[in-house]
Amino acid sequence: MNNLKKIEYSLKKRKRQESRFKIYGLLGIATAVTFLCIILSSIVMEGKKAFLSTYIKLEVYFDPDIIYTNNDQKEEDIKFANFQKIIKNSLNSFFPEISDKDELRKLSNFISSSEEENLMKLVLKNKQLVGQKITLWLLASSKIDVINKNPDMELIAEEDRLISDLELNWLNEIRSANNIKSNFNKNFFVKADSTEPEQAGIWGSLVGSFFTLFITLILSFPIAVAAGVFLEELAPKNKFTDFIEVNINNLAAVPSIIFGLLGLAIFLNVMHLPRSAPIVGGMVLALMTLPTIIIATRASLKAVPPSIREAAIGLGATKFQTVTHHVLPLSLPGILTGTIIGMSQALGESAPLLMIGMVAFIVDVPGSFLDSSTVLPVQIYLWKSTAARGFVELTAAGVMVLLSFLILMNGIAVFIRQKFEKKW
Amino acid sequence: MTEKIKIKSKNVNVYYGQKKALDKINLEIPTNKVTALIGPSGCGKSTFLRCINRMNDTIDICRIEGKIIVDEEDIYSTEVDPVLLRAKIGMVFQKPNPFPKSIFDNVAYGPKIHGIVNSDDELEELVIYSLKKAGLFGEVKDRLNDTGTSLSGGQQQRLCIARAIAISPQIILMDEPCSALDPIATAIIEELIDELAKNFTIVIVTHSMQQAARVSQQTAFFHMGSLIEVGHTDQIFSTPSQKKTQDYITGKIG
Ligand SMILES: Nc1ncnc2c1ncn2[C@@H]1O[C@H](COP(=O)(O)OP(=O)(O)OP(=O)(O)O)[C@@H](O)[C@H]1O
Ligand SMILES: [Mg+2]
Repeated sequence: MNNLKKIEYSLKKRKRQESRFKIYGLLGIATAVTFLCIILSSIVMEGKKAFLSTYIKLEVYFDPDIIYTNNDQKEEDIKFANFQKIIKNSLNSFFPEISDKDELRKLSNFISSSEEENLMKLVLKNKQLVGQKITLWLLASSKIDVINKNPDMELIAEEDRLISDLELNWLNEIRSANNIKSNFNKNFFVKADSTEPEQAGIWGSLVGSFFTLFITLILSFPIAVAAGVFLEELAPKNKFTDFIEVNINNLAAVPSIIFGLLGLAIFLNVMHLPRSAPIVGGMVLALMTLPTIIIATRASLKAVPPSIREAAIGLGATKFQTVTHHVLPLSLPGILTGTIIGMSQALGESAPLLMIGMVAFIVDVPGSFLDSSTVLPVQIYLWKSTAARGFVELTAAGVMVLLSFLILMNGIAVFIRQKFEKKW
Repeated sequence: MTEKIKIKSKNVNVYYGQKKALDKINLEIPTNKVTALIGPSGCGKSTFLRCINRMNDTIDICRIEGKIIVDEEDIYSTEVDPVLLRAKIGMVFQKPNPFPKSIFDNVAYGPKIHGIVNSDDELEELVIYSLKKAGLFGEVKDRLNDTGTSLSGGQQQRLCIARAIAISPQIILMDEPCSALDPIATAIIEELIDELAKNFTIVIVTHSMQQAARVSQQTAFFHMGSLIEVGHTDQIFSTPSQKKTQDYITGKIG
């Protein structure tokens, strides 16, 4: 009876311990979730603004005197016509009272410079427009866009504000005429980088990331799986393979920037591959991803129960057949999961790519593995370090795009694991 | 004994690293008979069994001395390819280990890798024949595409037997094939062993004295790495010549 009393007493203590531990755990999770929510919500609050851009409605008069300067009405004329003047005149016709040159220049800055080219293309497509007056929604410049999306910025003192009181008055006049609207920001999804925030897009770096990761995948996956299978299944166990094994594990812990330095020294300086190109970025990231996939491969090969190997070997399968017919297919879900995790690491990686010049300002969407390009995280870094206010929102939106891809990739990894992993 | 001898071991010693697991085993196993290996846990029954199809080659630290002669040929001589040897000597393991593939593919795997069959029809015939031989066909004939792991334990074990006989080996090694099964499944397998003994030489490790008595014609008693006694099963269980054997079968050691 005495023993039972003791046990009862200690049980109370053990239970208290357990509930205390539970509380610590819950507290930890709550803190993590809170911080995550704060970060995510601040990113989303800021970033969602970038998905809209501001448009201003104007009566645009395609003045033949401005477009056809040479009287022979050739296409060449249209291409070199002064569409800036046409936009300025359109604005001027909305504000007829303005005549001061300086003020007119300020006024014409309301509209994004990209609209000059758009109007030119419009006229090229339809020459009938010359001499006509039509109503168009034109993309506003970034500073107007920022003020329009952030009404609280109007309250800032004039000297700290993006636009002057005069410009703000004009903006309010446009507003009261209902000539302003917010619409989906298409540029963000189809353009590459630009000096003007309203014309900058994520697509260029997305394509760059895609090219880079493609190279990473086709290099690292076969090499790593072959290496993992060899080390785990076929290699003799001796000092040499032990040494390799230890070093692969060490390699996984090497800071990624070291791989960038290696790439700079070998791929650029010795092999003279092009700078800033996805092919080199992909090779550098492949080096970085190799140990991750090798370790994942070996772990999932190890997880295949020995009874399956014995069954195959007992039937007279060779070692190689045992591996390729049974062990490898069974470990494939694990290998793929590891690969995707390695890939999403590579997707978020920026430091090694800075070393090989993928940090350049690139306005064209890359068309091949050899074109100069940048990648998502580097683009975010570039925008973050640019002064213009419009890039603040783009930075957050870029983070949202990057996060979506990471979540998508990890979701696929989870799906594969759930769906294809065999239970024993 | 006047029977034809299928397997003959001569002074077999087995070491795991420094540890000696088998000591000077001399044992003759007759053709198309069932030989039972009995003895307390850890005495080296599995080790001996795995020497016969060179399964121990897959264990790095395992080292074998002496000779094992199958059909007049020393299987540890350098001319013998262990892969070929294992095609001739099938094995059924303690825990049923079907491949996580369909029932059909489980049985078809051996014939496929050895190139035994020439056509799909022939393969199907062979699979059905093997499943029938293993007494499983009736239960699975409508679900040959289900995975092997979806069967019950006893069915899985018979599937493993079907898989082993599909490559028509001459010898079948069984390492406690019924230890994971209930009495009814065990009875089915024991019947099957009787049936198989007409065409195959069978070596079976078992912990159950009754099973050894029921299925085998010859029994070998191992103890601490040594072969203590071997003889006709009836004789071993009725009038063992060694005291240790007597003690073991009466439950005094083990
Ligand atoms: N892979 C191995 N590595 C090291 N030692 C082993 C290995 N396999 C078996 N042994 C040792 O060899 C001896 C014989 O083992 P074995 O598996 O042959 O026994 P057994 O008679 O089959 O026992 P059980 O009836 O419990 O299966 C044991 O002492 C065991 O510890
Ligand atoms: Mg055993």
